[in-house]
Amino acid sequence: MPYDSIVCVKQVPDTANITGEAMRPDGTVNRAALPTVFNPDDLHALEMALAVREAHGGTVTVLTMGPPKAGEVLREALYRGADRAILLTDRRAAASDTLATSYILSMAVRKIGRYDFVFCGRQAIDGDTAQVGPQTAEKLGIPQVTYLEQVVNLHENIARLRRNVGSGWEVVEVRLPVLVTVLDTAGLVRPPAAKRVLKYKRARTPSELLIEVSRENPDFSDQQKEAEALRRAESLRCRGLMLAEWNLDDIGADLAWCGLSGSPTKVHRVQSIVLTKQGYTEIPPTDDGIRGLIRELVIDHTLG
Amino acid sequence: MIPVNRSGEVWVFAEQEEGSLHDIALELCGKARQLADQLGVKMAAVLSGWNVRELSQRLFAHGADRVYLVEDRRLEHYQTQPYAKILCTLIDKHRPQIVIYGATPLGRDLAPRIASAMKAGLTADCTALEISDVTDPKTQQVHKNLLLQIRPAFGGNIIATIVNWDRWPQMATVREGVMPMLEPDMRRTGEIVEEQVALTDADFPLRLVERHREPRKVNLKGARTIVAGGGGVGSKANFRIIHELAGAIGGAVGASRAAVDGGYIGKEHQVGQTGTTVRPALYIACGISGAVQHRAGMEESAKIVAINWDKEAPIFGVAHYGIVGDLNEVIPKMIKALKERPKE
Repeated sequence: MPYDSIVCVKQVPDTANITGEAMRPDGTVNRAALPTVFNPDDLHALEMALAVREAHGGTVTVLTMGPPKAGEVLREALYRGADRAILLTDRRAAASDTLATSYILSMAVRKIGRYDFVFCGRQAIDGDTAQVGPQTAEKLGIPQVTYLEQVVNLHENIARLRRNVGSGWEVVEVRLPVLVTVLDTAGLVRPPAAKRVLKYKRARTPSELLIEVSRENPDFSDQQKEAEALRRAESLRCRGLMLAEWNLDDIGADLAWCGLSGSPTKVHRVQSIVLTKQGYTEIPPTDDGIRGLIRELVIDHTLG
Repeated sequence: MIPVNRSGEVWVFAEQEEGSLHDIALELCGKARQLADQLGVKMAAVLSGWNVRELSQRLFAHGADRVYLVEDRRLEHYQTQPYAKILCTLIDKHRPQIVIYGATPLGRDLAPRIASAMKAGLTADCTALEISDVTDPKTQQVHKNLLLQIRPAFGGNIIATIVNWDRWPQMATVREGVMPMLEPDMRRTGEIVEEQVALTDADFPLRLVERHREPRKVNLKGARTIVAGGGGVGSKANFRIIHELAGAIGGAVGASRAAVDGGYIGKEHQVGQTGTTVRPALYIACGISGAVQHRAGMEESAKIVAINWDKEAPIFGVAHYGIVGDLNEVIPKMIKALKERPKE
């Protein structure tokens, strides 16, 4: 029996390789100075969805929420085998916390309609909250299975799933549809397929087209830019390279639950981690120096 | 969500597995007790499961005034939805102002489900919680006695303070090992409040098929002293000297991500944001440069000794004692000095 999957992915700043320029003096992050990557856990979510399709048939739809630049991760997903990609972009969604984000994602999933699985990565490396998956499941009114490492078995509408619970693992059975969050220990992720790269590297969302046209033709009036973007869109559409793009109105979202107004948590203060050189006692690497250190640690009861 | 309720209690979700309390439950009790005293309200724990009533006494000893107890045979093994329903029902009924959970795999599975159902705020993985007045920068309105939810974000490169001024309860998950567990007072008593929450079969969508527990072999969290090695140790063979120093002190062996990725030692030894967060009495960092992700997991240690040949290594920024030198020479000297140390 074929299964339809939706994979939620996110484009994130590469927080593992942060440089000094990325931090402003006031402690905020200059996101524009950071390279972006496909959130690592989300690649594993995509891989699991593709593996289900290979074993049983069905479809894989990739959904991302972000600025127009997030179209990059949609192409990445297409290179790896996704059937369909949707960009959810709207300035009114900016500053959404996890609750507002999960509301918006759940509305987009509802618009997609039919699905058996929603696959998410366990967490994104910019926030590390791991909250959006479970919150989206709650909004959809479906069960969640977190920390997935393996789809053990699928039989009709019952899935047998293995999850890592930190102190060990468990296998659970659940009736579909279900939302799962996937761990990066789930296995290897396939690389982009060369043939698909050649095909989909020209795929674009309408927002990306407009940005490209504006960059290439700075002298155009707004009207000319839009006309040219539409012309290019038509040509892409004929070749199946036009990516879907939705805003909050398209998914019927109630604006009160989106963006800042939909977010109960507010950032009160942000501090960058600058090393507070309060100074340390330098111990010379000599016998005497080290003996003195040990004596000091014994005297203050640090060492028994 | 519930409305702002300044007389509401401070709550802890008492995580337990197979009838034994998780350490985090007791760590949270200590913190919640302190927050409740500051606010002048009662502190309570929510305990659900099967045959867990006797755990209440430990929660009282660690500071709870009250335990809300929900028992049902079907709650023997945790699953998200019935536990979420219990918490939501009790929050609606008793309107606590603060609810905190452990940032354990279970807590991070449960808390967001509750936050979504309640349409309330939730901050993940806090490392500090404080009470303070907060002024809304837009309206200049002062919100009295809010919970400051403090957490590292952006891969540990920033520390963010999050508040929730109107969609209560104020909820957070708290990282394991960062709140000190208070000494239990076995004479303390409290009130057990038995609660009935109507659960139907539809509330239990998961069926447990098989379960395998792998107890952690390395007890980093409980260790009084940790000797940790990093990429500077150089090889798996050379990591032996880290074990020797740990043996001489009677401490546990830790490692940075570089040492784990290099295959010098298993991942269960990893200290840091993706490993274990520790706060021992003494942390000796050997050949660890001190990336933010590592520092986030150990900088709360009472005493930190750093050994590194590079005097610019960031680890010295959090160290109390620094030894600039070759660890292959320094560590044998340390072992010798330890053996000859004066007996108190």
